[in-house]
Amino acid sequence: MIDLMKGMFNKDELQSKDLAKERLRLVLVHDRMGVSPEVIEDMKEELIQVISKYLEIDKDGLEMELDRQENSVALVANIPVKQLKKR
Amino acid sequence: MDGKVYVVTSGKGGVGKTTTVANLGTGLAKLGKKVALIDADIGLRNLDVVLGLENRIVYDIVDVVEKKCRQEQALIKDKRYSSLCLLPAAQTRDKTAVSPKQMGELITQLKKDFDYVIIDSPAGIEQGFKNAIEGADEAIVVTTPEVAAVRDADRIIGMLEAEGLSNPELIINRVRVDMMRRGDMMNIEDMVEILAIQLLGIVPEDENIVVSTNTGEPIVLTEDAQAGEAFWNITRRLEGEDIPLISLEEGVVDRLKRFVGLK
Repeated sequence: MIDLMKGMFNKDELQSKDLAKERLRLVLVHDRMGVSPEVIEDMKEELIQVISKYLEIDKDGLEMELDRQENSVALVANIPVKQLKKR
Repeated sequence: MDGKVYVVTSGKGGVGKTTTVANLGTGLAKLGKKVALIDADIGLRNLDVVLGLENRIVYDIVDVVEKKCRQEQALIKDKRYSSLCLLPAAQTRDKTAVSPKQMGELITQLKKDFDYVIIDSPAGIEQGFKNAIEGADEAIVVTTPEVAAVRDADRIIGMLEAEGLSNPELIINRVRVDMMRRGDMMNIEDMVEILAIQLLGIVPEDENIVVSTNTGEPIVLTEDAQAGEAFWNITRRLEGEDIPLISLEEGVVDRLKRFVGLK
């Protein structure tokens, strides 16, 4: 009964099944493409170098991952820009 | 006419492949079909124990391919249904004792005499798995609602498709409705969507399974066992009957009965 009530009131809280699904989704994107997380990490490092030539970016806030929607895979990067570099 | 050859596989171990093979085989025999079960897990044989036939083994699959006995000599008749036979794995050899070619020839022979040949694949993606899928017409992938099991199932589905078994069907085993309702277990729909294959059946987690492996009596023969009912339904689906998937949402009346101790 307590479980039932928890289920009713905690709908907004992240449930462990959602975490499982998200982790599974990400791991499968890599498995299916044969791209390891290290490759993504290398790519991220190089990308930071290139972009840093033109923009001042928040390197710690940078997120990059492969995402799968329907039948297509996208490389999604979120790169917070601090300011334009003065040239 | 040749019988149908199924391979039951999963990638990950311990998800219920052998239990599935034992129950579908027994269920099909109960429906009057001639069924041969092959334990392809050489070196780690278990199907004999799950079926309660461990004391009857004289010859095994390696003896057959090495021509130390005739095929019929190695086939063990089930205690309950004479139309059900088991070809046991060898226990003292390894997966290399049989080649895919030998396996293919064996199955070509067997399917002439049986309506169904069901192969119990070992876990993993190595030679044992490759032997097990050789000669199969259809594949059944067993998984459980866990990240690791579904991940391995995905990999196996990819490998099956590469080997020409392009429409594998899915059994989700050890499902706990209470945990799903609480949001602590992945939903059936989520798993089916991620794996993108046809759902053949859902089997609830059931304590009776432990009892059935203790006694060597497949649960499909136990009345009133939830998992038994699920395997029986899957059996009938294999035979082409249109059986709806077990309703996961227990009705209000059932819940009330359980609450007051009637169920």
